[in-house]
Order: sequence, then C-alpha cells, then structure tokens
Amino acid sequence: MSPDKFHDPDFERHKAGKDNPEDYGHDLDRAPDSDPDAEPIPNPGLPEHTPRPTDVDERLERRAERQVAMLFLAAGLLSVLFCVAYFVFEPGIEGETFVGMGASNASLGLTLGLAMLLIGIGAIQWARKLMGDHELIEYRHGAPSSAEDREEALAAFRAGSRESGFGRRKLIRNSMLGSLALLGLPAVVLLRDLGPLPGRKLEHTVWKRGVRVVNDVTALPLRPEDLRIGQLVNAEPASFFEHEGPDGETVPAEYEGTELIIEKGKAAVIVVRMSPEEITPVSGRENWGIDGIVCYSKICTHVGCPISLWEQQTRLLLCPCHQSTFDLTDGARVTFGPAARALPQLPLMVDEEGYIVAMSDFEEPVGPSYWERG
Amino acid sequence: MKFLSSRRRHPLAGLLVVLLGLIAVGASYSAFRPAVADDTRDDTELIAEGRELYVVGCASCHGLNAEGIVTKRGDNYGPPLIGVGAAAVDFQVGTGRMPAQRPDTQIPDKHPAYGDEEVSALAAYIASLGPGPAIPAEEYYDVTDATEEEIVRGGQLYLTNCAACHNYAGSGGALPEGRYAPPVRGVEPRYIYEAMLTGPQQMPVFSDEVLTPEDKHDVIAYIDSLDTQANYGGSNLGSLGPVGEGMWAWLVGIGSLVLAAVWIANNGARAGKSKS
Amino acid sequence: MSTTTSKASVGRGGQKGQKPNPVAWLDERTGLAALSKKQLRKVFPDHWSFMLGEIALWSFVILLLTGVFLSLWFKPSMTEVEYLGSYANLRGLHMSEAYASTLEISFDVRGGLLMRQMHHWSANLFIASMMIHMLRVFFTGAFRKPREINWLIGLGLLQLGIIEGFAGYSLPDDLLSGIGLRIAEGIMLSIPVVGTYITFFVFGGEFPGDDFIPRLYTVHVLLIPGILVALISAHMLLLVYHKHTQWPGPGRTNNNVVGYPLMPVYMAKAGGFFFIVFGVTALMGGLMQINPIWLYGPYNPSQVTADSQPDWYMGWLDGGLRIMPAWETTAFGFTLSWNVFVPAVVLMGLLFTVLAVYPFIERWITGDTREHHLLDRPRNQPTRTAFGVAGMTAFGVLWIAAGNDVIGPMFNLSIYAITWFCRIGLFVLPVLAFIITRRWCLSLQRHDREVLLHGYETGVIVRSPEGAYSEIHAPINPVSAYNLTTHERRSPLELPPREDANGVRAPQPGKERVRARLSRFWYGDDVDKPTAEELEEAHHHAAEHGQLDGGRHVGIETGGHVGGDDFDLEQAPNR
Repeated sequence: MSPDKFHDPDFERHKAGKDNPEDYGHDLDRAPDSDPDAEPIPNPGLPEHTPRPTDVDERLERRAERQVAMLFLAAGLLSVLFCVAYFVFEPGIEGETFVGMGASNASLGLTLGLAMLLIGIGAIQWARKLMGDHELIEYRHGAPSSAEDREEALAAFRAGSRESGFGRRKLIRNSMLGSLALLGLPAVVLLRDLGPLPGRKLEHTVWKRGVRVVNDVTALPLRPEDLRIGQLVNAEPASFFEHEGPDGETVPAEYEGTELIIEKGKAAVIVVRMSPEEITPVSGRENWGIDGIVCYSKICTHVGCPISLWEQQTRLLLCPCHQSTFDLTDGARVTFGPAARALPQLPLMVDEEGYIVAMSDFEEPVGPSYWERG
Repeated sequence: MKFLSSRRRHPLAGLLVVLLGLIAVGASYSAFRPAVADDTRDDTELIAEGRELYVVGCASCHGLNAEGIVTKRGDNYGPPLIGVGAAAVDFQVGTGRMPAQRPDTQIPDKHPAYGDEEVSALAAYIASLGPGPAIPAEEYYDVTDATEEEIVRGGQLYLTNCAACHNYAGSGGALPEGRYAPPVRGVEPRYIYEAMLTGPQQMPVFSDEVLTPEDKHDVIAYIDSLDTQANYGGSNLGSLGPVGEGMWAWLVGIGSLVLAAVWIANNGARAGKSKS
Repeated sequence: MSTTTSKASVGRGGQKGQKPNPVAWLDERTGLAALSKKQLRKVFPDHWSFMLGEIALWSFVILLLTGVFLSLWFKPSMTEVEYLGSYANLRGLHMSEAYASTLEISFDVRGGLLMRQMHHWSANLFIASMMIHMLRVFFTGAFRKPREINWLIGLGLLQLGIIEGFAGYSLPDDLLSGIGLRIAEGIMLSIPVVGTYITFFVFGGEFPGDDFIPRLYTVHVLLIPGILVALISAHMLLLVYHKHTQWPGPGRTNNNVVGYPLMPVYMAKAGGFFFIVFGVTALMGGLMQINPIWLYGPYNPSQVTADSQPDWYMGWLDGGLRIMPAWETTAFGFTLSWNVFVPAVVLMGLLFTVLAVYPFIERWITGDTREHHLLDRPRNQPTRTAFGVAGMTAFGVLWIAAGNDVIGPMFNLSIYAITWFCRIGLFVLPVLAFIITRRWCLSLQRHDREVLLHGYETGVIVRSPEGAYSEIHAPINPVSAYNLTTHERRSPLELPPREDANGVRAPQPGKERVRARLSRFWYGDDVDKPTAEELEEAHHHAAEHGQLDGGRHVGIETGGHVGGDDFDLEQAPNR
C-alpha cells in the first residue's frame, strides 16, 4: 500500500493556505513569528514525511494487525478470568492467600489491571503502527474576538444597560444592591445551628476530686505499690467504665457513645513512676504526685495528638505526630519541637482504700491552644 | 613481628590483650563445658555456673557483684543488676542485646552470644542477688489456643499501650535522638512478655499488677495474629504509614505512567532513512 | 465530512421509505455537525509531557467510578454499632457505622477492598499528576497569555483535590483518620478570635462529636466533586479554544499547531491512555496494600500509632507543623499560637497566593503582553526556572520534615537532627537551588551558542604536521541547529532616557525603576543565540581551517583553536 492511503482533504486545505492566519485579522497581540531576516537560521519547514515500516511492508502491517488483535483478545480472556476469580476466591479472613496476600484482592486486581493495560496498549499500538501517520497543520486564531465582535458586544451591553436604566435610576439600583447584600445575612444566620457556642466547654474535663485513675481498656484501679520505677500506665477516669462505687456497689459507666469519645479526647492521661529525687516539682505542685508517681494529660498541647511514647531512661515523652518532647521530671517542660506549653498535670492523692484518685480537675485547659485560652 | 612489637605501647594494646584473654577463656570454657544439659543440677550449681559466666562476660560493665559501674560523669556505664530479676536477663541475653558491643542508649538485638542453658544460669545468678520478675511460665505467653475475644481485647491493649512506639502493625518507630522502638513482629512470645514485664532500655515497665499476665497474654495473642494473618490488600510496603505509601505512589504509579506517556508520544521506527 | 450528509438530508429525513439516517436524526435535533466538522480532526501535538495532565483527568474518572462503587456500601454515620462482621480481630468492638461499613467493604464485599484501594491509589495519583502537570506548565511557560485563567483554574483544581483527598481519608473514621482530624481541629483552634467558634460549628460541638462524618461525606461526594467537574470542563474547553501549545521546531510556529488529529489518532492514544492509567491503578490496588484501616482500629481519642502521618500531599503542611519553633504569645488574656497558625494557615495561604500571582508578576516584570503558543526550554528562562526549582526545593524540605519519623530510623539519624536540618534548610536550600539552577541554565545557553557557532565535539583528536593536537568539531544537522535558535531574543526593559532631546527631565516613577531593575535581573545575564552574521563569520572561520564542511572528510586544525575555548562572554553582542 502506498503512504497516500491516508489522503486527507483537510491537510490539503491547510497546505493550500485556505485556512491561513490572514483569515483571522484580529490577533494583533500575538508574539510574531520570528522575523526571518533577524533569525540566524531560516525555518526549514516541516520535514518531509517518512513512512513507517508498516506503511511500506505489507507483511509487517499484517503482523502489527495480528499483534493488536491478540492484545484485545487476551484482554477479553482476562475479563472472563476476572469473573472466575470473583466467584472462586473468598474475600477477607476466610479467603485463600497467595504469597502472603489476600488471593481474592490480588487475583481481581491482576486480571482487571492486565485486561485494562492490554486494551490500552492495543489501542495505542494501533494508533502508532496502523492509523494515519501524516502530521496535520492547524492554524491558530488569536484568543480575542474580532474588534467588530467586541464592539458589537459592548454596544449590545450598553443598549441593554441603557434600557434598564441601571446607571440612571440610582434609587432603584442602590436599593436593589442593598437588598441583595442583606440577603447575605439569612445565608449566614442559617448556619448558626451548625453547632453550639464554645462557652467554657474546652476548660473542663470529667476529672474531679476522688475520681479513681484506672488502667485504660481493662479499667483496673491503680495502687501506688502496683507501679514500679519506670512504669507507664495509659489511664482514664473510672467514670468511663463500669466501676466500683464508694460503698463497694457496681456503678455503670457514666459516659457512652459520642459523649464518651468527646470526654476521652480531653480526659485521657498517662501515669508514670520515677524516683522521687529525680523529680523537680513545679512550685505549688509539690504534693501533686505520690512518691514519684505523677500524672499528666495525654493530649499534646500542640495540636492534640495523644502522646504516650515515654522513654523510661531519659524520662522524655515524645509526640509521634510532630515530635514535641516533654521532660516529665521537670513538670513536663517542652524540651524540643513545636509545642509551646508544658502538659497540664493532674494532681493525685490516695483514697481510703489505697487507690490512686484525682485531687481535682486539671487547673488549666488540656490540649491545643486557642484564642480565649489566655 | 615488627608490626606487633612496634605497637605494644599503643594505648589500645592493653585493651586488646585483655580482650584476647577474655576470648581465650570463653573459648576454652565452651570447649570444656558439659555438652549435655544436666537436668538434675540444683539451683546452687546453676547459680555458681551463672556467676562464673557473669564474671567473665558481664562484670566488666556491670561490676564484679552486679552493683553497676558509674562513670566519672555520673552516668551508668553499666547499670546495677541487683533486683532486675531473671526475666530481664533472659530477655537481654536471650535476644542477643547483651553482652552489648559498646555501652550506648540503644543496644540492638543480634545473634545471641550464649546458649539457652548459659542464659538460664546467668538468669539464676542475677535472680539470686535480689527479688525481681521471674521468667514467666509458658502458659502466659503460649497463645496457640487464644480465643477470638482475647485477641480483640489484646488488640485494644496493643493500640492503647504499644502502638504509639511500635506502630500499628508492629514494625517499630522513631524515638528521640536516633533511638528507635524495634519491630515486635516475629519476636518470640516469651521475649515480648519479658519486655513488657521488665521495661528494657527506653521501654517503660508494664508491671503484672497493672497489665496483668492475662492482659499480656492477650497482647501477645494479638501480635501473633498479625503474624499469621495475610496482607489482605497485597504487599504491606513495610507498614510505614502514609509516607511509605506516598513514596510508592510516586515511584510505581507516576513512574510507570510517565514511561507510558513517553512510549505513547514516541512515534516509533521509520522506514528508509534513519532518524535525523 | 459529515456536513454534506446532514445538509443533504435536511427536509428528507421524514420522508417515507427513506432509510433512517442516525447522523441526520441527531443533527436535526442538536446541530452537532457544525461543531464536529472542526473538532473531530482537531490537531494535538505529540510530546510525552503533554500527557501528564491526562493522567490527572483519567485518575479523576477512576475516582468517580470507584467512588460510586464504594458509596453503595459506605454508611456516613457516627452512630455507634457493635461490629459483628467477618474481621475477627475487631469483632465485638463498638465503633462508628462509618468504620464498620468500611470494614464490610474491605472484607465482606467481593472486590470491595480492590475498589477501596484503587480509590486511594488513584487519589494519590490524581494529585501527584496534577502537580507534575503544573510543573511542566510552569517550566515551559505555558501559563503565559492567553492561558493565565487556565493556570488559575488548574491551581483551583489542585487545591480542591488536596482538600478532597483529606476529606476522603478522614471518612472511614479509623484511628489514623481520627488523628488527622484531631490535628485539623488543633489547626482550626489556632485561628485568632474565631478559632473555637469555627471548630464548634464545623464539628457540631466539641471534637469529634457525631455530626462531622455525615457533613464531610456530603462535601466529599457532592460539593467538591461537583466543583471539580465544573472546573475540569472549563479547563478543557479553554484548552480546546486556545489549542495546545507546542515545542518550536521546523514548521512549528507560534501561528500553527502541528500534530495528529483527534480522530482517529488521539482518540486511540488518549483513550488507550485511560485504559493504561486504569490498568496501573488496578494492579496497584490488587498488589499493594494501602491504608489498612483494619490494623488501625476504630478511632479512639486516647490511642495513637507511630508513623502517624498525613497522605503525602498534605505532607508539606505537616512538615511545616513539625519544624516550626514553639512560639506562642499570650497577652491581654488571649493566646496566639504562632507555632500552629503560621505553618498551617499562613504557609498554606502563602504557597497558593504565590502560585496564583506568579504569571501576572512575570508578565509585569518582562512587560510581555503578547500571546505565546510556543513553549520555552527551561534553560532559556533561567530566572523562572531557578524560581521553580527553588520552590520545589522548599517543598521537598517540608516533605523531608513530614517524614522525619520514617527517615530517622531508616538511616540511623536523629529526628531532632532532621528537624534542625529542615528548619535551616527551608531558608538556605531554596536560595542555593536558585543560584545553582540559574548558573546552570546560563551555562547551558552558552553551550547551545557554542555548538551553533563551532559545531559539536566529535571526540576525534588529530595531530597536525607541526605536532599540535586538536579536537575535530563537526557541524550539527540543520534541524538541530534550527531548534537551538527558535527562542526569542530577549532584552531587559530599558527606562526611557532621563532627559529628552530638548533637555527636559521626564519624571521616572519609582515603580518603573523597580520594574527595570527586576527586568535586568530577569534577563540581564542571558547568553543570547548568535546572530546571522556571527554564525556566518564562525562558519567562514571554520571553513578556512577546513572544518565544518559537512563532517565527512575532516580537515586538520593548524592553529590554536582547540575545543570551544575561544568563546567567552565578552564576545556576546547582546548587551
């Protein structure tokens, strides 16, 4: 077959200059084609078309055709295999595994992915080897409309504007603009019930005098002698769990569902034990610990991640989100990272039965800073 | 010989001689020690054997009587071992962390230097110095028949107490100043138990009174279930969180698609002339 | 084309016994033929870098397809339920319906995990490909007139894509998404004056509340995708209207576009590329696990995991949060958290503002108000290229900062050391990158000029009868030579002379003086291409020495002309 098999009337049209840029007389702002005289090397023009092997060799052409068809056929086969895999392999933990991977997911992904890939490769191979290969030239028009069009549009706009009297009837115009502006108010006011006002909610947690400090998850109350030097306990207030009341009766959890999660996000604490002599208590907080046992908020003062990476030898507490580091021997002072404030400390004491309880709520808001925090 | 004699006044020569001596003693000991465990040995014998091993392999850092060695600056060169208990010895020596290659804040695990019996002899000796956590009984860390309920509970305990350092999938994580929490996947259950019990290196203690033996059993059961379950979604890419995933999206995804774009835009071979 | 068909059939379509003509049927109702006759053979130029935006487009289509699939099972609700599904390690736990239904999709719906993972991977690819597309547009100058609006639309798409991605990975209500939302809450709280109010309105009360997931879901599946579709349509329409830019070359000028027609070549190539993007995404979804939410567990505000990081496209923001020093001001009973507000809110605003105004700033400095359809080689715009590389460097530093907890253990580095490196590097490295890139571009320009004047180094060393050694230079082929001269000559803006011919002092506004100085900075160091005379002279010179005569029979150089060393800046006549 000759390369001319893709005779293209458009191409001819462009060549004949019928569609040449002078047809669009309104692209004055365009960067000009470089002035041929100023250029060191003249534009040699579009190089002559050279045919592809598949254009000149019929054998190669037929081979490419078969190749593309094979790709499509294989893709079809893979789609069928996808359906087979869908019914053969169970998903989830009951399902088969394949070199440590879930067989269902892997086989579905493999068959679907390969089917898609083969279709794509086939289509592109078709374009590269067999479809028309002549580069076409299309002339650009400038982005703006023609000067007449722009003039007519402006005239139309002016006519409309004049007939409306928008510029002339100032009273109507201004009262309309005013009423439209006021419509913004309902739009904003409508959103008022998105949430309650903050009030002082961020300043309090559920800790109060006498609330037992219990191990998270297991709800086990803690006694000072249970904690060894270097011990870390991720703890919560007992009121989050079913717990023992003051008279030994069983009290159900006081919080559940959303409320529990909200309160947990403020009340979570860590309890650690160090030797009393290495602790430098903050003045006024000398009696907040019990024999080296101290309790701090688990909510980072930076942006609120829970922190419990405590190094028991360096006594440093690290936030896994942004690497703020707090020294628990020194009032949870920040030693590194972006947090600006020490972690709030929860004052501890021991109740009559020998369990660790809170002496009061935190004396400052826990978690990230905010404007009204002061 | 000139090489050696010219260096005998080198500051490290003395150290080298001592080290060679230690190795020689250790080697000769291992050559002559009884090849088969003697189950009938009583504790006294075990302790005595442990003491012998201790003096040779541990005393240089931890002191001749395990009282610890303090440097001039007041740091612990080797901490005192009185009262650390058999569990600590079993963990530290059994995982190869001790004897350490050099004193450091982070001592990595490596191939253990002592065999099982030597470890138990060392553990018996240290345990005899003062009361401390004992090596746990197998029932506490044998999780072969853990129930589903126990695994679920262990998962919550793991995510609350362990994941902050050891990562959600147990692949470890970063600590300050180049230290790190090692991976917990593929670690023997006994060592996981002992680590929680004794708090080795930077790891805090989770005493049996607070995190009860049942709790520890459940945590181990959960870690074990991570080892046995498949990666349902394919290769886990190292379980390093979204940063790892993002890297693979760029390398594999964008990488292969850009290669595809290069192929698509390339118009291939031409007949006749070679490409100018 | 089809015009003739439809015209011929007008008025005849309804006649009895006439064979139904679908083209006529459609055209009589839509008039599509007039549009199709031009657009069906619309020309697109071939270059791999023109297909990067297409990756983004096809990823977006995959996101829509997989997203619809996921929405068939996902329940956007924070109602607490007891999990009774098939993943044993969480059975019996209380969790939100959102998380439970994500587990159901992952474990109980066949192909659900594949679709979820494809959705997540293609989100990563969507934003990554938008970014590299944007870099291509930036470095080649394709944002210049008349394409500034498309640059802004593209920037809007990138921002929305990032927000959409964050919303998406926050929806499953697993531990990691909860941590991410907690950080978002901390960022909102840091906004002066209104921070707490914004937080309480967004979350419907205290964090996390039970309103947020349903609200976020509407944003994720309706609001943002709707805007994305609209903006993508506008982006594509403007692309069609402007026609694609192209690289300059023989026959390729600012007035034309040379390439292959939409039908059939680009339908096959672009359509085929959709299948390739889909295929790659499906393979990734099948073989590479992403966001294994079952390992994170349901969100619990007292739990956290090592490697708590955002998806990579939020990494720059998280990196900023990590390296910001601990600055906070408390005065008059109010607190201002610079440590959160600056990296999260100010930095984000700064980044997107700089990107948005860049085309206009460059236009003002260069004073270039013409339309540009030919692309710049990055080396021919050294200052722009250097700005781009400096920006990428700053972005890269923030990325490193956001990965410090992964990089640290991997390379035995202290995370504190990495943080300090990034704190300093954020300011120092972009400056270094700027200087190095600019010098690099200028020396590439110099190299181009040298190759044009003296040919390329053949590596053939010859010895003259006198015993001097020299390397043979051969001329490059005419097409390559032309390609090296296609860029415009640029000269800095000049201020008008202070005094006119009559000695009257004209006022020179300070703004204009600044502009002239910036323009000198922009273009002043450029090494311009040789003029026709210089080229002629160089060829003449070479011919005298028997060189540059076609390279077939190489002559022997007798003089001291060795290599390209005789060229230096003083000879460049473009000052």
